Amino acid sequence: MIWLFVLLWPLLGIKPEGLEVATTFSVWWRIAIGCASILVIYQLNSVGAFNFITKPVGEAVGGAKKATSTLPFAVWAFAILAFAVAYPHLFGRYAQDVAINCMIYICLGLGLNVVVGLAGMLDLGYIAFYGLGAYTYALLSVHYKLAFWICLPISAGVAGLGACIIGYCSMRMRGDYLAIVTLGFAEIVRMVLNNWMSLTNGPNGITGIKAPGMYWPDFANGMTLEHLWLKKLSLIYYVILALVIFTIIAVYRLNHSRIGRAWEAIREDETAAEVMGIPTFYMKLLGYCTGACFGGMAGAFYAARMRFVSPESFTFLESAMVLSMVVLGGMGSIPGVILGALALIALPEIFRDFELYRMLVFGGVMTLMMLFRPQGLLPPKRRMKAEKD
Amino acid sequence: MAELHLHDVSVRFGGLQALAEVNFSLMPGEIVGLIGPNGAGKTTVFNVITGVYSASGGHVEYNGENLTGLKPYQVLHKGIARTFQNIRLFQNMTALENVMVAQHSRSSCGVFGAIFRTPTQKREEARIKEKAMEELRFAELDEFADEVASSLPYGHQRRLEIARALASEPSSILLDEPAAGLNPAESSELMETIRKISERGINVLMVEHDMKVVMGICQRLVVLDHGVMIAKGNPEEIQKNPAVIEAYLGN
Repeated sequence: MIWLFVLLWPLLGIKPEGLEVATTFSVWWRIAIGCASILVIYQLNSVGAFNFITKPVGEAVGGAKKATSTLPFAVWAFAILAFAVAYPHLFGRYAQDVAINCMIYICLGLGLNVVVGLAGMLDLGYIAFYGLGAYTYALLSVHYKLAFWICLPISAGVAGLGACIIGYCSMRMRGDYLAIVTLGFAEIVRMVLNNWMSLTNGPNGITGIKAPGMYWPDFANGMTLEHLWLKKLSLIYYVILALVIFTIIAVYRLNHSRIGRAWEAIREDETAAEVMGIPTFYMKLLGYCTGACFGGMAGAFYAARMRFVSPESFTFLESAMVLSMVVLGGMGSIPGVILGALALIALPEIFRDFELYRMLVFGGVMTLMMLFRPQGLLPPKRRMKAEKD
Repeated sequence: MAELHLHDVSVRFGGLQALAEVNFSLMPGEIVGLIGPNGAGKTTVFNVITGVYSASGGHVEYNGENLTGLKPYQVLHKGIARTFQNIRLFQNMTALENVMVAQHSRSSCGVFGAIFRTPTQKREEARIKEKAMEELRFAELDEFADEVASSLPYGHQRRLEIARALASEPSSILLDEPAAGLNPAESSELMETIRKISERGINVLMVEHDMKVVMGICQRLVVLDHGVMIAKGNPEEIQKNPAVIEAYLGN
């Protein structure tokens, strides 16, 4: 801890004008007092000074858990779905915007979850497929006027194809090496997008992308179908909601199928998996492609919602962000990844006032998570069982 | 019924001759023991047969087909399953899932089948589960089906590995020290299990140090020492063979 504070002081003082160490002392002081008081509370708690509070609270939590676990899963799912459907009517534009952002990241997180959580391949370049999907839809929409719904599977396919090419070269590697290679490939994709002026318009990005369209029955002039552009935020919200639901169902079903089991077996022990009849190279490639397809779909939606894409949206920081969601939420667990995405996208919006310290808190939270709960917030069910024993 | 033949199989790691021209066969219905002092190359034999290592000389033949150059998963598809000396279960998966994984090569549904839950996929999934439960019952592990593999006691983990190998519907099974770490009661249970496997028409090739187990159930033995096959024959012959006694006890 002490070295952290020693480092923190000069780091806080780094300003564009140069080092300004003196003024940061007040901030540093506050953080130090905060940490010290937390430490004192922790020590008191471990001694047992708070038993009079924690005991009844713990019992209440236990009781609540019992009550909720008796409710069947379907009730929960229905309640969440009802809330999600009613959401745009309950909240304003800003909240809808945050929700849409959140759901894009849920899609990305779930896609990456297939690669990292199920198949156990550390992928640091996942955002490249998001970018590929976004640019595919952008280009097809601007040059060929293709509709969003046609482009959605095409974008997924292009991202998947990209993953095949990258994966074919890199799937022979394991662990850290794979992470470095994927990181490199993601940078290559971003550089190509940035520098291929004639196709992607370079750093200026592509504008004039069409929003998703839809036919809606129009009862006013008889039963005719009217074509709508889903430009309104509340309408586009439902598009991403549908996409999220599709992704959740798809990932869940994959997880509980022959393919998902093969991925998990590879994650657990690659050699044993191969000996037990799983073509590991092919299955890893398949996992990488499947994950990329979900990323591509999320990308196509992103392009359709922003109606503008530029390479800036697909930097390494985004890859790291999505990866942190998966790790924070719990690798291999769908509710965990959703929770991770909510935590990393929605919370910073709620605490906008503390924007300056966001990265500091982010790093701190990650460190604490890895120390005290390395399996994530909501690890997959059976793994929790294993730890109880 | 399946026949496994090793023809002059040699394996060399750099300057180390791990196996030198090993010849032996596993005939239908047999239980064959592969024994020898530590470092004799017994596990290497398994690794060559299952395609984990490639032979630097000679070849392995199964049912008249040459296994040289096949990947491990292709070898399993031909009908040779194995277990590992140091248990290699999929630790974070349940016992049932562990066994279900082995059905991979006997099933075919792909990503789209899984996402859209096609009728074919549902049927196949039910069949896989049925087969896996059958093997768990065979290994008397069905009550632990939903337990995580790493939480099972050691003896159960050994049995689960055998169940997993059997779930791939093999015609031959290679057991790498199945009795290692088992107490005498568990060892005799294991012998019973191996006999039952053999009765199902599956050939058994096993590496084992526990002489009670080996002499108790193996019909033939193959003895390796420093990668060289020094003897083969039935248990009585092997016990009297001077070369074997020298390898184990020195002279």
